[in-house]
This record gives sequence, C-alpha cells and structure tokens, in this order.
Amino acid sequence: MSWQAALPLLVLGSSLLPGLVIFALPERSRTLRTTLNLGGAVVKLALVVWMIWQSGQGVNYELRAALLPGLDLVLRGSELGLFFVGLSALLWLVTTIYAVGYLEDSPNRSRFFGFFSLCVTATAGAALAGNLITFLAFYEMLTLATYPLVVHRGTAAARHAGRVYLAYTIGGGGLVTLGTLWLYSITGTLEFQPGGVVAAFVDSEARALSAIFVVLAAGIGVKAALVPLHSWLPTAMVAPAPVSALLHAVAVVKVGAFGLMRLVFSIYGVDVATGLGLAQGLAVVAAITIIYGSLRALSQRNLKRLLAYSTVSQLAFIALGISIGGAVAATGGIVHLVHQGLMKITLFFAAGNLAETLGVHEIRDMRGVGRRMPWSMAAFTLCAFGMIGTPPMAGFVSKWYLGVGAVDSDASWVVWLLAASSILNAAYFLPIIRAIWFEAAPEQWPKERTFGRAETSLMLLLPTLFTAAVALAVGLFASTPYSPLEWARLIAARQYAP
Amino acid sequence: MNPVETGATWAIWLIVSPLAAALIAFLLPRVAAGIALVNAVFMTTAALALLDQVTEAPRCFALGGWGAPLGIDLYADTLSGVLLVVTSVVFLATLLYSRSYLARTAIGPLFWPISLFLHAALNALFLSADAFNLYVTLELLSLSAVALVALADETRAVAAALRYLLASIVASLAYLLGVALLYHATGVLDLAALAERVTWTPTTWAALGLMTAGLALKGALFPVHFWLPGAHSYAPSPVSALLSALVVKAPFYVLLRLWYAPFVGAPEVVANLLGLLGAVAIVWGSVQALRQERLKLLIAYSTVAQIGYLFLLFPLAQTRSALQGVTVFILGHALAKAAMFLAAGNIYQYLGHDRIRDLRRVARELPVTLAAFAVGGVCIMGLPPSGNFIGKWLLIEAAFEQGDWGWAVIIVAGGLLSAAYVFRVLGHAFTLGKKRAEGTGAPATMAWTAFGLALLALMLGLAAAPLIDIIGSPVAVAVAIAAVPAQ
Repeated sequence: MSWQAALPLLVLGSSLLPGLVIFALPERSRTLRTTLNLGGAVVKLALVVWMIWQSGQGVNYELRAALLPGLDLVLRGSELGLFFVGLSALLWLVTTIYAVGYLEDSPNRSRFFGFFSLCVTATAGAALAGNLITFLAFYEMLTLATYPLVVHRGTAAARHAGRVYLAYTIGGGGLVTLGTLWLYSITGTLEFQPGGVVAAFVDSEARALSAIFVVLAAGIGVKAALVPLHSWLPTAMVAPAPVSALLHAVAVVKVGAFGLMRLVFSIYGVDVATGLGLAQGLAVVAAITIIYGSLRALSQRNLKRLLAYSTVSQLAFIALGISIGGAVAATGGIVHLVHQGLMKITLFFAAGNLAETLGVHEIRDMRGVGRRMPWSMAAFTLCAFGMIGTPPMAGFVSKWYLGVGAVDSDASWVVWLLAASSILNAAYFLPIIRAIWFEAAPEQWPKERTFGRAETSLMLLLPTLFTAAVALAVGLFASTPYSPLEWARLIAARQYAP
Repeated sequence: MNPVETGATWAIWLIVSPLAAALIAFLLPRVAAGIALVNAVFMTTAALALLDQVTEAPRCFALGGWGAPLGIDLYADTLSGVLLVVTSVVFLATLLYSRSYLARTAIGPLFWPISLFLHAALNALFLSADAFNLYVTLELLSLSAVALVALADETRAVAAALRYLLASIVASLAYLLGVALLYHATGVLDLAALAERVTWTPTTWAALGLMTAGLALKGALFPVHFWLPGAHSYAPSPVSALLSALVVKAPFYVLLRLWYAPFVGAPEVVANLLGLLGAVAIVWGSVQALRQERLKLLIAYSTVAQIGYLFLLFPLAQTRSALQGVTVFILGHALAKAAMFLAAGNIYQYLGHDRIRDLRRVARELPVTLAAFAVGGVCIMGLPPSGNFIGKWLLIEAAFEQGDWGWAVIIVAGGLLSAAYVFRVLGHAFTLGKKRAEGTGAPATMAWTAFGLALLALMLGLAAAPLIDIIGSPVAVAVAIAAVPAQ
C-alpha cells in the first residue's frame, strides 16, 4: 500500500499518535507537548488539504478492513466527508493554539491535550467513515474522549455536567447501535452511498424502515442537540472555553449534524426519506428546535449558557436544510456546517477571552467591555451579527439559501421561521452588543489580569481574530470558486441528481 | 472421523506442566514465583500451538496410551483452543502482577501452587469431553478456587469462601446425580456417545434439570448468584481476577458442551427459561453494581450481569452467529474483567480501601491504573471496537434474525446500565480534592499488566473476523463433538 492510498489513516494518525505520546509526557515538558500538539495539527491540516486536492484530481481514497464476515470498517474520502474533515482540521489547529494559551498554568495539561487529540481523531474518523458501523465506532469514541474534557476542572459542577453529558450521549449511542443492527438485519449492508441503500426495501419494509429512521435520528440527534435531546449542551458549558469550542464548533455537535446528513443522504437517500414522510418529520423537529433554542437563549444571564442555547438553535438549521427538500435548501444546510462552526467558535473564543482576562462570565458584567478589549469584542460583534443573519456575514449566506430553497420546494413556512429566528437572535444579541459598546465600564473588573500592551494574551487573541476574519471572508467571497458554498452546492447537487 | 492420537502432545503438556509446576512451587517456595511465570509462558505457547493443531479439525488424544473407556481421552476443538489461549494469557498477566502484589501483603507463598493447580484444572476442563471427567475437573477447579479465596487474611473472606464452598458442593452433587442418571439410562459418559443414545425419557429430563441447575449455581446465574459477590470481592485482587475472568466461565462451558451434544434436542421452554434468567441477571446485576459502595463489589456485581449475557445463547442457539458471539464475548469479558480487578487491586493497595466515594484524585495519582479500569469498563459497556461489542453485535444479529426483539433491547439496555456504573467510578476518580499524605503509586508492573489486558480486550474486536473464522459455526462444533468416535 502506497502512502498515498493510506492517506485517510495518516489523517487519523496525525492526531492519534501525538495524543498518545502526550499522555505519557510529564507535566513539565511543556515545549515538547506544545510542539507535538501544533505539529500534529499542522500536519493534519496539510494532509487534509492534500487529500482534498487529490480528490479533486479524481483520486479515490478507500481503505477497508474486515470487522466481521461480510462487514468491513471503511474509511473513504467522499466529498461530504472531506468537506467536514477540512473544517475540523482547520478549526482544530486554531483551537489548539487557543487552548495552549488558555490552559497556560492549569494542572493536568498532558491529560487534557491527550484527550483533546483523541476527540479530533474521532471526529476525523466519523467524517471519513464509509459506512454506518465505522461511523458508529468513531461516534462512540468521541463520546468517551470528550468526557474527561468536560469534567476536566474536577469540580462538583463539572462532574454533574459530565454525568448529564454521558447520560444523553451514551443513551444516544445505544439507540444508534440498535438502529444500525436493525437496519443491517433488513438491508444486509451499511455502506454510505449517494442515493442511499434502502430504496430496494421500501415496498416490503416501509414501516420498519420508518421506525429505524426515527431510532437513528433520535440517537444521532442527541449529539446534534435537537429538542428535546439538547439539555446536555447548556450544562456542559462549565468546561473550559477550548472545550466549548470543541463541543460547539469542531467536534461533538458537528458530528451529530453530519450524522444526520449521512442518515438522510447516504443511508436513506432524499427520495426515500421524503417519500416515507421522514424528512418532513425531521424538518418539524428542527423548526421547533430553532424557535425553542432562541427563546431559551433570551432568558439566560450567563454568556456561555446563552451561546450554548444559540448553538442548539443554529445547529437545527443544518437539519432543516437537509430535510425540507431541494438542492438549494440542502446547500444552505450543508454550508451552515462550516459557517456556524466559524461564527460560534469565534463567539466562544471571545467569551473565553473575557473570562480569562477580566473574569467576566455574566452578561451584566459586560458593560463597556468594548473599550477594554476592542479586538475581541469586535470579533464577537461581527459574528453575533452573522448569527442574526445580516449580510455580508456567513450566516446570511446560509439563511439566504435556506429561504430560497424553501420557496422553491413550496415550504414557505420556512421563510417565516427564518424571519422569526432572526428577530429572536437580534433580541438576545443586540442588547449585549449595545452594552459592550455604548455603556460605561465599571470601576473594576471582577478579576482582571494584564498582558502587557495587548488587551489579552496573543495566543488567545489571534485565533479569535483569525476565525472572525474567515467567517467574514466566507460570507463576502461566498460565490468564488473553492469557497465552502461552492463546495456545498456541488455536494447538494450530487444528492439531488436525477 | 478423528482418530484417537497417542503420545506427548500439547494437550497433555497443558495439564501436566502446571501440575508439575504446582508440585515444585509447593516444595520449593523460594522459586515458586519464577516457576509459575515460566509455566505461564510455556502454557501460552502450548495453547497457541494446540489451537493451531485443531484449526483444521477437532482432535482427540488418549492420556497415557489407554483409550476410553479405560483411560482418559482428551478432546480439543477450536472452542476449547481459544479458551485455553485466553486462559493462559490471563494467567500470565495475573501471575506477573501477583509477584508485586503479594510482596505488599501478608499472603503466603501457598498462592503459587494453588493458582497453578487452578490453571491445571481449568485446562483439563476445557480438554474434557466426558460427563464424568468434566465433573472431576469442575470439582478440582472449585476446591482450588475456594482455597485461593480463603488466602485473604480477613474473616469476611473466609466466610465468603465457606459460602462459595457450600454452593459449590451442592452444585457438584446435583451435577453428579445428573451424570449418574444419564449413565444409568445410556451406559456411556462420553459426550459424543451420549449424543447418539439420549432419548427423551423422564430420566433424561431429570438429568437435564439436575445438571443444568447445578451448573447454573456454579456459574452464578441469577437467582443463584448469591455466593459470587462476596467470594469475588473479598478474595485477594489477583484471585478475584482469575475467578471472575476464567473460573465462572467453566461451568457455562460445560453447559454449552452438553447443550450442543447430548441435550441438543432439549425443549425450547428450558432454553427460554435460561435466557430469561440471563436477561434478569443483566438488569439485576447492573442495578446492584450501581448501588455498591465498594469498588470490588461493584466489579463483582458487574460479573453477575455479564454472566447473564452468556445465557442469552440458549434461546438464540439455532442461529449461526449466537455461539460465535458468545465465544467472543467470553474472551472479551475474561480480558476486560481481569484488567478491572487488577486495577482495583492497585487502587486498594494505594488507598488502603476501595470506597468509591473516596476515590478523588485517583485519576491524577494512578493514571495508568485508572486508564486500565476505564478501558476495561469501556469493553464491558460493549463499545466498539472491543470484543464485547462484537459479541453483543452477533447476539443482537441473532435476535433480529429470529425475530426476538426483546433480547436485543435487553442487550443494549445492559450496555447502558454498565456505562452508568463504570462512569460512576470514573466521575469520583476525576474529582480533585485534598492531597493524601500517605501512599506511593502502584509499581509499574502492576499498573501495566492491568492496562495490557484492557488493551487486548479493546483490540480483540479488530481481530474478530479471523477469530470467528477459527471458531467456526455452532453446527461445526456440535458435529465435531458427535464425530469423535465412541470407544
């Protein structure tokens, strides 16, 4: 096997191996640990870019190993998978830089970064998975690798969050396992294929297939934080800010949303999913989630909690896009995977900067903070506008495609939904933005630290500015070649090709 | 057909070598540990060599040149082969661990000869295909297991050992009575010969009932598992590992042999009853594990639950994948559970107790040990790619194939419950708190043997395809037993 063919394995190995070595490192060998962390992240990104480039040239990546007779573990470089792995590799690099800065002096860093790397390995594995059983394996691995990060602080609140997180995600994993086996007992295959694999069984097993869809969607929906399976996400916000970034933008909820795409596109196929009325059901759940998440965000006083509810709401746009039908709406849903990731990671980075620099956690303490930390707050403001859906930010592009797609497929209620969501988003973000920029700062911040002339540590500030800039760029240059939008269009077109 | 072979073969070494080592270890306590380790390495080689021998076809060996019915025949197929391999691997790791463990306790050198004797009994059991020889090996196994439990220098351990002994004796008597009834009805004891002659008369019914009940009691199936939690948790930790990983599997193995040969036509209601008790065991054992205050008791109750999975085989036995699944499950559980008990032993020696509430900072102070416990726990939950995952997968597949949904739901629910009790421990271990003054970390050997076993259990699933290939189909196993010539 040439190294070229082994590329999917190398992509996994580039975070797995550094992770395993980091576990063994003593606390004090900081330079080596940071080198391994960043080296792994850079190598991974390079490999992913190379893989994407080669795929564009027509190279097919596929690795198989027999798990059971007739059932393989498969890694494949599909368009959708590469789209996702590209996002996670980029954001992982940024998050690693941020995390190194954020956890400067805290204990147990080797353990933290070890599990951090395992998380990203699991995410890349889920993205490159070529069938449902491989996806399931990495899905469970992600659950386990994230738990130590959620309880990292070791406080009672962290342990509570860990328990809630596990109760939901392990339960979800159980549902996915059951659904996977049930599906396998009917179809005899679990391969991800454009157009799905169940079409041949629709006539004979329609009811069983509908039930399996519900079981799988519920299991995956836990990670995608669909209402009513979402409450672990706001609870998990007690974890350190880099973990929140990982949960909300790079790994966990993203794997959930990605899994829903796989379910609709690659297992059932849009035709079957729509024909059985399953996609419509998913769309309704997504719509409820969008409104509910925003309503709950309105009443939050803690910034990270508010952002968590905003994630619940924003993430459902992805589920909505893939389930209302039509390539245009699907484009909006798929591209939102990237857009939401970029915007939300910026928001969490900015919130982390506030907490680390000024000790500000509550929204009421954010008055006048724009003058003390102008750069972080500018990034925050930009992305908050993006979440509301103002042009030219990335969030606007997603919503535009969703709206146009909805009208195309005669689901004009979605337009009202989008409008309502924008109003609600504005209702909880605008007061914060006003407080940041237009109110007087207090005499003293809750717990201020100084970092020389910069407003905060550069390791924290630069990643924030970078992701904000990218979130702006993908919105501004959405229709240039190689933009996420063009790519999402291509993927969506494949799913709806006649 | 399989001709009976004579001469010195691996099968005979697998019994003779640990017996000889036990004798030397008893007479020369000073070299006991060394002898035991050399033997363990040799056993691993021998078991692998034997597995290689029987991959093509099952084989039958005559002990001492006399064939049955005068002499003793040894029988080996792939099922016994893989069990012998995993037995020797668990022994190797556990004995390696025990050297450091015993040095920090008051347990005398008697541990070595008795554990070697236990190994010999297990090997002999896996190599028997004769109802009476199986009785003898079961008896030897129980006696050495009880003796090992009683080695712990605590009164409650001795009390638990006595309870274990009583349960064992009752179970053996029931089994022996069943054997006598079968012999009375058919005039043979060889399983293959029995399979040909058994007819479903009231005598056979009584034999089926007595033998199954006896083996269920010895194998700690709910509701006759009462002796297990005490014996497995108060025993010294390496002993707990051997008991939970290997010894409780032996009665089940005997039952399985009976089920696929003489009792192959047993009525469905018995199979369903066993499966039902297994299902209750899964739920009951897991709920009890969740309620325990002590780590070793929690792990012991987890064993009660995991034994339940094995008994799900009986209602699903007609499906090809069920026996394969249960076999992989046995292997996975043996490795994972041994790892967990060894890890618990480290924690116990480090803290001086194993109260789950007071496990704070363990993640920080015993990282490798806790990793061993966590990885073992992940396997017990049945998450991919562990061997237990493959086992559960194949069982669920069988359940779907037979259209018996309930079993599938129980299997998944059991996995969720086990996640709850494993993470309850991990949650406390990750808690920060006041530093303790006393205690040094576990010796590297003790931490890494536990971790090594856990890692093997986790990786077992990746080797599942060739493994299942080796194990073959249940039909092959049943036919193989029947194919051994009755002498």
